[in-house]
Amino acid sequence: MNDERNFEQLEKRLGVSRRDFMKFCTGVAATMGLTTSDAMAMANAVASPKARPPVIWLHGQECTGCTESLLRSEHPTIETLILDLISLDYHETLAAAAGHQVEAAKQASMKANKGKYLLVIEGATPTKDGGIYCKIGGKTMLDHVKEAAEGAAAIVSIGSCASWGGIPSSGINPTEAKGAPEILPDKTVVTIPGCPPNPYNFLSTVLHFVTFGKLPALDHLNRPKFAYGRLIHENCERRPHFDAGRFALEFGDEGHKLGYCLYKLGCKGPETYANCPAIEFGDVGGGAWPVGVGHPCFGCTEEGVGFTKAIHQLADVKTHAPPNAFPYVNDRPGTNSATPGAAALVGGVIGAAVGATAMAAKKLGKSNEAGDGDSQG
Amino acid sequence: MSEHQPVEGKILTLPFMFLGVLAAIGLYFLGVRFADGLGAVANINSGYPWGIWVVYDVVVGTALACGGYALAFVIYVFNKGKYHPLIRPAILASLFGYALGGFGAFFDMGRYWQFYNIAMPSNWNFNSVMLEVGLCVITYIFVLFIEFAPAVLERMGAKNMLRWLNKVLFFFIALGVLLPTMHQSSLGSLLIIMGAKVHPLWQSLQWQPLMALLTALTMGFSIVIFEASFAAVGFNRRPETPLLARLSKAIIALISVFLLVRVLELALNGKLGFAFAGDLAGNMFLLEMALFIFPLVVMLSRGNRDNGRLLLFAAVSLLFAGALYRFNAFLIAFNPGPGYSYFPSVPEIMVTVGIVAIEIMAYLVFVKKLPVLHSAEHA
Repeated sequence: MNDERNFEQLEKRLGVSRRDFMKFCTGVAATMGLTTSDAMAMANAVASPKARPPVIWLHGQECTGCTESLLRSEHPTIETLILDLISLDYHETLAAAAGHQVEAAKQASMKANKGKYLLVIEGATPTKDGGIYCKIGGKTMLDHVKEAAEGAAAIVSIGSCASWGGIPSSGINPTEAKGAPEILPDKTVVTIPGCPPNPYNFLSTVLHFVTFGKLPALDHLNRPKFAYGRLIHENCERRPHFDAGRFALEFGDEGHKLGYCLYKLGCKGPETYANCPAIEFGDVGGGAWPVGVGHPCFGCTEEGVGFTKAIHQLADVKTHAPPNAFPYVNDRPGTNSATPGAAALVGGVIGAAVGATAMAAKKLGKSNEAGDGDSQG
Repeated sequence: MSEHQPVEGKILTLPFMFLGVLAAIGLYFLGVRFADGLGAVANINSGYPWGIWVVYDVVVGTALACGGYALAFVIYVFNKGKYHPLIRPAILASLFGYALGGFGAFFDMGRYWQFYNIAMPSNWNFNSVMLEVGLCVITYIFVLFIEFAPAVLERMGAKNMLRWLNKVLFFFIALGVLLPTMHQSSLGSLLIIMGAKVHPLWQSLQWQPLMALLTALTMGFSIVIFEASFAAVGFNRRPETPLLARLSKAIIALISVFLLVRVLELALNGKLGFAFAGDLAGNMFLLEMALFIFPLVVMLSRGNRDNGRLLLFAAVSLLFAGALYRFNAFLIAFNPGPGYSYFPSVPEIMVTVGIVAIEIMAYLVFVKKLPVLHSAEHA
């Protein structure tokens, strides 16, 4: 009864139909490999307004790509949902307020919701020279992260920059940029790497937290296992080509046009853990993800691969490397070509049929002329 | 009493004995096939599991045996009784053609000892086109046998039985029209399942059944012309050209529809370019088209239709066209993947030649011993 009212309110609040909302929750549960009853639990958690956790969202050294991709997720009314699913108390890109006003609001929320809010960190944190290379409201990012982490119920770093340093940490790393887990060694920081990460991996993690009050199962790098448990290579739609030794050798060649494996173009799928081939990007379906559209994966989620290895460099295959030579597929047992005898026989049979026709026609012509008078016409 | 009578003459003629030699060679290799297995005789492989034993004996062979079907359609559905003189030889040829098809499918079967399963409804797979073809062909062979039974009964003089059979014959005649419609179109459906292995020029998907049926009917009418012409020449009978000339009007309609569907399907799906690619498939398509169009051009003129010689040429051209259409789709332009090739071996061809020889020998015996051909004075 109570649930019913909650759902009715939710329909009004979010402007989505109950059906669309349930579909969304079921989809999220399926992404994480959860059951239908878990999907119902999630739906109830979102529908009851009390459960909405406050979220403090920090931005460090980054391009805001993670936020942008999250806002552009195309599920029905997903932006409404994300803004309503959580109580987004502080977000520099999305906040209406500015300057000291918004900083004060953040402080107030952190104080009021101490121990209850969700901290999301987007972007790397510079640590050189006391972290002076990134400041917000006069304070370094380093201080912001440490301060907000104190009272957070859970910490999620979204994107590769926040997870392991990303672009700012690549190359000579002039600002000594680091990911949030390195800044907060004592805390459990869930990492959702990717550039940008798939928004549904983030949403699913948050929904799991909102519903069950705990984080989903994590791997040794604190990445949710449901999203980063397997290599891209393992579920890649081009994998059969890899196994059969069919590779695109340069962009636009015959193999590339035929959708062959991109390994030899430098695809990092064999050493990158992510669920891209399973859930794809951009909600358009039909193979819309980098490898699906013909570009090699560059390993954006993987520290030491993305922004580190050159695009054309061969991946270090974690499963098994392809052999230098594959069995020759053109050798088929029991395949014989035409023997002269058989060819002559076929010719003879056709010739006999044509010849017999010609002979019959000759005779027929004679009897036609002879029997012209008594035609049955 | 009867409108039909046996052809007089002795059985053991020189051509008959020559056919006997061919039959003996075929039967010898058939013996090898059953003693040493398929691989010892046939060139079929994993890419081409269907060689000429299926494509000629079953797919082309049953279409060549559609004379009984085509005539039954004209005589009993369109009620054109004047073609009745042609029906008995046509039914007889159909009976042999279909028996050859069924026999061909049997000896082409790797595990032929499992064949009895088709008679067990509990083992039927209703999603299988092959099941439909198999059951339909088996039933049709029985139907053809019953349709032909009056000739045998007349010879035996079993008048009571004949009278009784004539009362129920309409039912089997109806089946004789229905069953070929079913399995001849299903032979086209077999190609749908083969998908991209079939060359785009022959892979018309949902149009396959219609095209198979149209070519089967065309070949059925053509074989009637072919048989009648050869019977006239071989047994020194008066040619039935006027009757055949009128039959060719049906052929004109059928090829016109067929060519229209065929070309439109290719044009609307943007596949016409393949025809002029200059490769084997394209050239075979052009040859096939030429063999279809030549008889159309010949038969369109009334004067040509009345000329028994041109009519025979047109009919043979159509038989080759229909056979080539099937050979192209199933074998010549068929691509099962890299590395596979197929060309029938000499023993394989000899088996088919031998079986066809047996068919012709049996036909000769039947028309000489039973009242099959129409008696001239009643014509």
